[in-house]
Order: sequence, then C-alpha cells, then structure tokens
Amino acid sequence: MSTYRIQGATGEWEVVIGLEVHAQVSSQAKLFSGAATEFGAEPNTQVALIDAAMPGMLPVPNKECIRQAVRTGMAINAQINKYSRFDRKNYFYADLPQGYQISQLYHPIVGEGQLVIEADEKAGIPEDKVIGIERIHVEQDAGKLMHDQHPTMSYVDLNRVGVALMEIVSRPDMTSPAEAGAYVSKLRQILRYVGSCDGNMDQGSMRADVNVSVRKPGEELGTRTETKNVNSVRFVMQAIEHEAMRQVDVLEAGGKIVQETRLFDPNTGSTRSMRSKEDAHDYRYFPDPDLLPLILEDDFLEDCRNSLPELPDAKKARYENELGLSAYNAQVLTADVDTAKWFERLLAETAKASGKAPAEVSKQAANWLISELFGALNKLGTSLEESPVTPEKGGDLLALIAKGTISGSAGKQVLEIMLDTGDEAETIVEREGLKQESDTGAIEAEIDKVLEANADKVEQYKGGKVALFGFFVGQTMKAMKGKGNPQVVNEILKAKLG
Amino acid sequence: MSVDTATVAKIASLARIKVTEGELEAMVPELNGILNWVEQLGEVDTSNVEPMTAVIPNTLRLREDVVDADPLTGGGKREEVLANAPVAEHGFFGVPKVIE
Amino acid sequence: MTDLTELGVAQIRDGVKAGDFTAVEVAEAFNANVAAAQEALNAFIVATPEMALDAAKATDAKRAKGEDLGKMGGVPIGMKDLFATFDVQTTAASHILEGFKPQYESTVSQNLWNAGAGMLGKLNLDQFAMGSSNETSYFGNVISPWRKAGSNAQLAPGGSSGGSSAAVAARLAPAATGTDTGGSIRQPAAFTGTTGIKPTYGRCSRWGVVAFASSLDQAGPMARDTRDCAIMLEAMAGFDPKDATSLDMPVPNWEELLSADLSGKTVGIPREYRMDGMDAEIVALWDQGVAWLKDAGAKVIDISLPHTKYALPTYYIIAPAEASSNLARYDGVRYGLRDLPEGANLQDMYAATRAAGFGDEVKRRILIGTYVLSAGFYDAYYTQAQKVRTLISQDFQKAFEECDVILAPTTPTPAFALGENVDDPLSMYLNDVFSVPASLAGLPAMSVPAGLSKDGLPLGLQIIGKAFDEQGVLNAGLALEQRAQFTAKPEKWW
Ligand SMILES: [Mg+2]
Ligand SMILES: [Zn+2]
Repeated sequence: MSTYRIQGATGEWEVVIGLEVHAQVSSQAKLFSGAATEFGAEPNTQVALIDAAMPGMLPVPNKECIRQAVRTGMAINAQINKYSRFDRKNYFYADLPQGYQISQLYHPIVGEGQLVIEADEKAGIPEDKVIGIERIHVEQDAGKLMHDQHPTMSYVDLNRVGVALMEIVSRPDMTSPAEAGAYVSKLRQILRYVGSCDGNMDQGSMRADVNVSVRKPGEELGTRTETKNVNSVRFVMQAIEHEAMRQVDVLEAGGKIVQETRLFDPNTGSTRSMRSKEDAHDYRYFPDPDLLPLILEDDFLEDCRNSLPELPDAKKARYENELGLSAYNAQVLTADVDTAKWFERLLAETAKASGKAPAEVSKQAANWLISELFGALNKLGTSLEESPVTPEKGGDLLALIAKGTISGSAGKQVLEIMLDTGDEAETIVEREGLKQESDTGAIEAEIDKVLEANADKVEQYKGGKVALFGFFVGQTMKAMKGKGNPQVVNEILKAKLG
Repeated sequence: MSVDTATVAKIASLARIKVTEGELEAMVPELNGILNWVEQLGEVDTSNVEPMTAVIPNTLRLREDVVDADPLTGGGKREEVLANAPVAEHGFFGVPKVIE
Repeated sequence: MTDLTELGVAQIRDGVKAGDFTAVEVAEAFNANVAAAQEALNAFIVATPEMALDAAKATDAKRAKGEDLGKMGGVPIGMKDLFATFDVQTTAASHILEGFKPQYESTVSQNLWNAGAGMLGKLNLDQFAMGSSNETSYFGNVISPWRKAGSNAQLAPGGSSGGSSAAVAARLAPAATGTDTGGSIRQPAAFTGTTGIKPTYGRCSRWGVVAFASSLDQAGPMARDTRDCAIMLEAMAGFDPKDATSLDMPVPNWEELLSADLSGKTVGIPREYRMDGMDAEIVALWDQGVAWLKDAGAKVIDISLPHTKYALPTYYIIAPAEASSNLARYDGVRYGLRDLPEGANLQDMYAATRAAGFGDEVKRRILIGTYVLSAGFYDAYYTQAQKVRTLISQDFQKAFEECDVILAPTTPTPAFALGENVDDPLSMYLNDVFSVPASLAGLPAMSVPAGLSKDGLPLGLQIIGKAFDEQGVLNAGLALEQRAQFTAKPEKWW
C-alpha cells in the first residue's frame, strides 16, 4: 500500500487514480481507411474520403489493428472477447468529421486483465503491486486543430482522423503519482515489446486521460475529474499531484468537486477546466450499423498468441536465472525491448566468436554493454540504435578478451578506436599491437627473471608476507609491457612461489 | 413518456439544430404524437430476445493493412478532400476559432 | 419510326445491339423528354444530357468495333440524387448539400456505367430519402404524371424515390435507380404503375450512397417491367469490399433464369396484413393476385406474421436513430452549406448551418433519433426496437419454412394528392405499413403494377422473398405481370 498522503488543513487525504491510456496502434494504414498513418505529413495529405466523412463513405476495419489489440490483451493476461462490436460515440467537434467516433462501449475486444508495477522504495512503492486493467477497446483517433495560424479561425488537419487507437482503461487501483508513473512506464514497456504501439509519447502515440479523486482514508470514493491527453510520464505525475492538491483545497474550503474534463498545461504543471467539452456528456452510444459484429476465430487467436514475444517480466527472470545476471543488470537490459534485442544479439555473437555457451559469456557481455558501451555512447551523445559498434563487432571484441587474446584494459582501448573508426576489433588489435602474451614458455621466462632479480622479496614472501604476490605480478607485467595474460601470469607465479 | 419544451430544446441542442421559440412550440405536440405511437412497442414481451445486430446473418470482414491499396479508400488526395470546403486555406479546413 | 422512349431496358439493349437504332438516337429521344417535362414534373434536380450522349457515343463506337456492349449497353437511365456521382452535384434533395460535387462515384452508379448505361440526370427525391410523397425535397415537389380521372389535382409520385418513379412512368427514362429504406422503391413504384425491386440487404453496395439508415438502406432498380428490373439489378449488384455489409456472393443470372411457371412453389398470404378499414379496392386486388399466382401453378397458403403491427413503430425508432448519427457529418466544415452568423462560434455555426440546411421532416427525424438514443431512454426505445426487429425477422423465417414467397399489397391506398398528408407526419408514416416489415428483415421485395383504382390510378402488388432469393421474387412478379397485363400509362398533360 502506498503511503502517499496529502496533508491538508483538516488532516490526511488519500488519492485515487485511474488511467485511460490511448495508445496508437502500429499499423501502416488507418483503422477504417487505407490512408497512411505516418507521423508528420503535410496537412490533410493522409486523408481518405471516409476520414473526411464524405457522404456515403463506409468503414472497413483493418485486420492488423484488430490483431495488435488482441496481442496486447494477451500480453496483459486479459480476457479476449471472441465477440465484439463497434459503437458510435456521438458528439460535435471540428476534429471529428463524422460527428461520431467509432469506438467500442458495450462489447470491447479485450476484457479484464492486469499488469504488475515493481517495487521502488525510493519512489514510495514498497512492494510489487498488481494494477487491474478493466478493458481495452479499439477506436478512431480524431483530427488536429491549429489555433495560432489565423486571427479569427482555427485550422483543421484531418491526418490523424481514423488512426487506430487502443484505449486501455485501468481500474482505479493507483494511489500515488509514482504508482501512476510506474504504471504508464510499464504499460509502455509492454506495448513496445509486443510491437503494438511505438510508445513515442512526444509524438502523441501514447496519451493518458487521468482520473483523479481524493478522499479521507477509509471513506467512500470522491467525485473524480478527468484530465485529458497528458503525454509524458512526468506530466502524468505532475497532473495528478496538482489535481489532487486542487481538489483537497476545494473540499477543505467547503466546496464540491465538479465531475468535469480538464486540460493539463505543461508550462505551469497545472490543470484547468476545459470549456469546449462541457456539454458533450450525452454521447448517445449505439452499435455502428455500418459494421457487423466482429467474431474472432480460434486460428486467428492462435496466430496472435504464437506471435507474442517473450515479455519483460519473463525476460528479466530468465536473465537472472538462466544467464546468472544480477537483478540490477537484468532490469537495465530488459527495460526497453530494443536494448534487450541488442543485448541478445551481442550475447549470441560473443558466444559464437568465443566458442562458448551463452551462459558462460553472459555476465561479461552484460557488464560490457552496461558499464562500457552505454558510457561511451553517452559521452558521444548517441544511442544504442545509432551505435557505430554493432552487436557483431562487440561480440568479436568480447571474444578476444574472453580468449585472452587481449586484456580487459586493452579492450577498452579497442572500443574507443572502434567507436571512432568503425574498424573490426581484430584489425585494431593487430594495428595497435595490443595482443597479449599467453604463451606459458615466454611468460615463465619473464617470471624467472623477475624472481631472480628479487630474491630477497621471494624470501620474505615465503616467510609469510603473502601481500608481496601483487608486487611480483606487477613486475612481470611491467617486464612484458602490459601484454602478459594476467591469468597465466598468476597461475605460473603461484606454482613457482609454492 | 412525453417531452416538454425544455426537453425538446435540449434535444435540439444535442443535435446541433438551432430552433426558434415558435418552432419549439410546434415541435412538442408533433414529437409527442410520434413518441406516444412508438411506445406501443413496450407491449411486446422481449425478455428472451436478443436485439438484432446483423440484418442478414453475417460477420465482419477485415481488410489487409495496406496503404492506398484502393485509391477510392486511400489517402494522398488533398485536392479532392478540400474541393468542396466552404473555407480551405493553406491545405487546412477553416472553422471559427475554437477556444479549448 | 417507333417512339424510342416507349421502349424499356431490354428492348433498347437488344435494339442497339441489333442495329435497329443507335444508342445516340435513344439518348437524344430521352434527353428531349426530360427537358420537355422538367417544368411540369420536376423529376430531375440536375439534367445531364451530355453525359447520356457521351455514354451513347461510347456504346455506338463499341458496336462499330464489334465489342461487347454490356448488360445495359446503350440504355440511358435516371440516377436518384442520393448516389454520389463524380463532379456532378449530389444533394440528397437537401439545401445542406446544395452545390456539393463529389470527387468520387458510388459503386452502384459506377457498376451501371461499366455495364454500358448512361446518365440522363440526377433525380429528385424526398430530402435524405425521408418521406413517402416527395414533398420534403428542398428542390420542390415531384409531380406525378398520373391524374385521377376527371381531375387536375397534383398527385404524389410516392417517395422517397419519387423522381425515379415519375421519370419512368412519364417515359423520361426507361429505368432509374431507387433506394429503399422502408419502402422507398416499392411505394413509389406502386403509385406510378412501375416496377421496382429492393434486393436482399447487402446485394447492392452502399458505398457512395448518401446514408439515411445504414441497417435498412438498399439500392434497387425501378423500371417498366420485371425483366428490365432483373437486367438492371444484375448490373447494379455485386460484392464490394468497400462496404463491410456487402454480401460476398456471386450475382445470379436473374434475367436468364426468369420463369413465370410457379409449379411446386408455395405462396404465403399473411393474415395480419389484412387490416381493419382497408380499402376495398386493395383487398380485391390482393384476392385477384392470389388467383393469378394459383393460375401460375403455385399453391397458396395462409401464414401468420404476428409482429406485423409493431413493424412501423420499430422502424420509426431505428431509422431516425441511425439517421440522427448519419446526418451529423453535415456541419458546414468540409462541404455543403455553411451558415456562420456574425460572432458565431463553432458550435453556433453547426446549429445555424443545420437549422438552415435541413428541412422540417429531416429535423423531426433527427430529433426523434437523438431522443431515443439519449441517456436514460436508449434501452426503452432503441434496444427494445432492435429486439422487436429480431421478432419480426423471426416471423418471416418461420413463415418461409412453409412458403417460398409472400404476396401482399404494396400500399394501403393508391396515390394521394400532394398536400393531403403533409400536416400529419403519422398518417404519412402509415403509408409504409406493408413495405416496412421486409425492410426491417433485410428481405428482397418488389412491387408489380397490377391494376387501376376506380379513379384510374395504378395499384401495386408486393412479393416478399427469402433472403438471397431475388429470383423467386422476380419469378412470382413475372407471373403476376403476365396475368395483370398492366398497360395503362399516364395520359400526357405536361
Ligand atoms: Mg477517456
Ligand atoms: Zn478513447
């Protein structure tokens, strides 16, 4: 249970939060038309006749959008409804050409499901928490209004009209801004794994409608407000914080909370009442007579299920249990699907190049990716996607280290050069003469020389001053100009010193 | 159930049809006539009946996810889309300024 | 030379193919009739003589090259102004769409052009197809070419396809498209002594047809006889992937399979259609129809459609509900009329535009539809209506276990005078009492002219068939037609 409370003048208040997340379905074409969905096109260039609601135009649903909604439902262990329907939600607005949005009220495609947000002590989430998901339905997005291009007119761009959205409706199970933030992050993570939404919140691919109410602990639920279209995790948390405070202030001043639609202003971090949607409360939902009931066949569902990837929780567990990674490393590597994919390719390449089982090189690969490559890329101001070092090249490099061809520190040098030039690891090692000596004969000869030159210290060591071991290692490495394989050096030294 | 002037005004507003006082007065008895007549449906016992969803038994066909597969249902036709607009400027439809 | 405008679809098609006359000659003859009748009958909103000629020229050129002329090769037709026609004004007879030139062509009209037909013009109708007398058109009433014996009173051509029925009856077109939501093909056909068939819901694509009530709207042909309807329906119908409710099944060769021999067939007579106070003429005609079908070899039985009396009220909930939503797109933003009063905001503009753009009957139905869908009333009205609709459909299913087609009158009365019913919406609605049940059940149904009233006005008989069995309907229609020998036509006064 979250301990988040608002301290009011009259005592403590609890916050109750439910989220309706609109996630744009990754599809080439729109939900009911063949127009493209690509972001950033010229105004009204991705508009089919039906998107502009021309008289007599009819909707035909896009199979991919249905498939992605089903796969998403499966990923949150939800009930998939083999019978669903599209309904019309009627209201008038300039971004809604038909005068209704095709959505699903009475029979959504996905029913009850859930996801788990992880414990985060620092954020005030003491333990893992299950957040209920009431439903996912598929619906059309609306268009866009531009208010600042003309003194007396708003301009309407219908490019987004009809783009498929999944509306993912949570239960009011969250009780702090941090929990809500964690929920949105987790949902985004799952959607990106499933591939049903790209999760680009700054492009509007994911937006949350935030339902907030407050109450005294143990009391009945209070009246909620809905803050629309909040488009980042941080803003979701800010909007909740602000809205909860505002409600407490209103209630403590003896006022009442009005159930209303509000707007979040990212510049001030506050919410305000949305005048334009005030009278739109009677949506007159009814089944869309242009569309028949949607029946999902078993083989379609089977295909959806078979196409699901390993999901973040399972992947993280596998990284810990099978690959032996630390919980922290497993968390970092599975946080985003692209990172995990990159890591898995790196792991495969490293194993292949070094002739070892993946589990034998997994820690090495994980550590290198997290502490070396991420750091280096960070310094360069670039991302893993744009990394000049591919998993193949990284794997070759790690294999050279694993086989003892180069030392760990030489590996760092190789990486730097690789990032600079894009050359292969082996080429760099040759060119820079970074190969380390693993030939036992050569090392033994150098050790013999070192022991001979330091006979007094050998005596002291044998007399019990074991701390001198490091000194011998250092002397040997120095003599070998840093290229002696430290493992071999250690082994031989140990044997010789008894 | 019958409607009064206030209800008809509310309905007209929901339907975005401006009506004058006079029109409103005339509409009330007309609409009540029709509503009273359709209310005879209440007599029918429908307790074990499913509402009709498809006139001819049929299920929903889905299309493939292909952009502009048929020019009639695809995009990339700004000229055609804007051709009949009362106000079209710079590739947009123009409407009275909206304050959100 | 024969008057080409006295010819029907089959005769024109065959004559052009045989070289008896050219398609251009046919188009010119009908163009002339259209122009001559426009002022008196007001059947067309827009005439497109040059389009009819262009299509005719193309047909003649094809013939010269020995190419196939198509199912409707050389036949000029009228197009109900509910079908979107590329760059030709399409209004649904409303002010709100005045000047609207679609940049697309409806599937049905495109199918007809592909089959070799040409367009004489866009036919007048009740506004948004809402009406039974063609008195709700923004572009004025259509006047029926028929008159009562000894009277000059203007009569209704029926509705909503009143321009279509008047044009065919007055020989302005050999055939025309209609659409039927609750009887809008059959009732005007009955009023004007023409033949019209509404096919099974989903046979003709709704893509590009201005929507009235999506779950009911069906396009169909209106022509002079059954064969012409069969030919034209073949050209209009077909699967359309752009319409999710389109039937994915092949179009039968209806014309080829026409047969008036009804041996082995059973005709059902629904006892609930025999209503109190029904016109004696209509009852007599119906009985005559029974005799004709028996004569054609059919067995005739009594059937029951117990929920018949609820069909009209059901229709007047469902159709307005769907319409209230379908017509929300007429908002003055993307096409059509915009009324922007001084200082109006967006929502004011919507309300002003829609107030100025819609006629009274359209507004009435939008308000009814809005009300029955509104919070707190939805279940009592809309859901209940959809349940009763299920019962009505089940009535037909049960009846069709015993019979192949159903015979009934098309309308309770012959054509009434313009103005007679306008002040009383309910009495107007009652006109569709016999046609609405088949619409609610999505079944094919046609009206065949079968006789004249004592005042010399046409009366129609209706055949209702099983889903997908247009053939059975057409065949029974043909059997009636051959026995009725209806040759009456309006005396030319225009
Ligand atoms: Mg919402
Ligand atoms: Zn939504």
